[in-house]
Amino acid sequence: MISINAAVIDLKRLELLADLDSPVHRLDARAKVLVTLVFIISVASFGRYELARLLPFFIFPIVMVALANLPPLYLIRKILLICPVILMIGMFNPVFDRAALFQIGQAEISGGWISLASLCIRSTLTIGAAFILVGTTGFTAVCQALERLGVPQVFSVQLLFLHRYIFVLADETARVSRARELRSCGRKGLGTVSFGSLAGHLLLRTWQRAERIHTAMQARGFIGRFHAHRYGCFGRSELCFVAGWTLLCLSLRMFDISTVLGSTLTGGLP
Amino acid sequence: MSHHIVEVKNLQHTYPDGTIAIKDVSFRITHGESVAIIGANGAGKSTLVQHLNGCLEASSGQIRIGDTLLSKGTLPDIRRTVGMVFQQPDDQLFMPTVFEDVAFGPLNLGLTSDEVVLRVHDALDRVGAGHLSAKPPYHLSGGEKKRVAIASVLAMSPDILVMDEPTSGLDPFARRQLMALLREFHHTKIFTSHDLDMVLDLCQRTIVLHEGLIMADGPTGEIFLNDALLAACRLEKPFSMQGCPVCAGGNR
Repeated sequence: MISINAAVIDLKRLELLADLDSPVHRLDARAKVLVTLVFIISVASFGRYELARLLPFFIFPIVMVALANLPPLYLIRKILLICPVILMIGMFNPVFDRAALFQIGQAEISGGWISLASLCIRSTLTIGAAFILVGTTGFTAVCQALERLGVPQVFSVQLLFLHRYIFVLADETARVSRARELRSCGRKGLGTVSFGSLAGHLLLRTWQRAERIHTAMQARGFIGRFHAHRYGCFGRSELCFVAGWTLLCLSLRMFDISTVLGSTLTGGLP
Repeated sequence: MSHHIVEVKNLQHTYPDGTIAIKDVSFRITHGESVAIIGANGAGKSTLVQHLNGCLEASSGQIRIGDTLLSKGTLPDIRRTVGMVFQQPDDQLFMPTVFEDVAFGPLNLGLTSDEVVLRVHDALDRVGAGHLSAKPPYHLSGGEKKRVAIASVLAMSPDILVMDEPTSGLDPFARRQLMALLREFHHTKIFTSHDLDMVLDLCQRTIVLHEGLIMADGPTGEIFLNDALLAACRLEKPFSMQGCPVCAGGNR
């Protein structure tokens, strides 16, 4: 019960970060969506054994977090929460891909381990970028930006409802679990027997609540479209923001900056 | 004809599971009237008011708001005219901040950004919640949520205000505040409530529902003096009309 409530509060905190005031927060949401998209595509498009060339991409989250005054530890914690999922996706890489890729001393490093590490870094970068986008823009504004960028309305409204009903579902889950816990007297209750019924009730209650919310929305004139109170404008600062980051991401994607920098720095050494 | 008139003719509603919630209800509420719909649990009060702005579709019968017959085509107009405050404010507040939530209705009306800002501030000030505008709704107390929910409806400038159990869950002070606020709303008001003292205070007319039928429709004072009617409908007189338990020697 406590963990569900804590998770909801944690999720709401991410949304509240979007209310901060910083140069990044003030930018039009479309600019941030575009830059995040370019960043994610650049990172995701590397080969599976790529490691070194991914590292310079950390400049994006570091600079954005610093400029937007986002709490870095909070974001790191959120990314770590998703790590088990990433590890589950890549856990069989070292098992199936045993071909040695290079050697450190006596130890041979197989391709599977490298691809797992690459997957972890790419996931950290892309998930971090998504968190930064929501933390600097807010989920509602992100959906509105997507719509203004040409994404069909049906998708953006679905995303908004999904976001809204996560909280509804979590609230209902917290209430049902609390009621169950309080009558379990510190034991397991009826175990799995009660769990099936509880899950069924949860679904129906969430459904009913979602219907009530939808009715309340309709009563205030909702006809399938969310309107923003004020739409930002895509000005010079947005243009510079998009051009700057796009240029950097494309450069990092096309040129091996780390090798170039490394050989430049060590080039003079014997 | 005024937009503020509500006319319900032979309304019936049967839920999909076969429960007949409204059997045959007809009434006419005119401009500026303040009407309470009272009844025991399950009498059909909430079902009835949810028909007034098309949240529920009637199984049979007609509803007119002013000159307009309620139908799918006229729903947007009807919903602008009839503002509905639901029993659970949590169901009504769904945007990230109070400001955005109150702005949701006016934005759907297609108002300009400046007008929306004016309306939101005006509505929040009217309910004494101007200081809450930047807060997320889930951080508000029960009374604050109720006031913001009312502001979210007032911001749409409805001609008719419908409220389902407006004082439920409020502390005595918040209840008094809300009643003072509602007294200031001079258009047509329709409430459902178990708070019969509020009904006595705010509503000149009362409709008594029992098992989906209207058992009485008349001046509030007269209805609350009819002991037989109240008993038959599982109701009681408002506390303010009952004798003092101390003076009566604890015989109540």
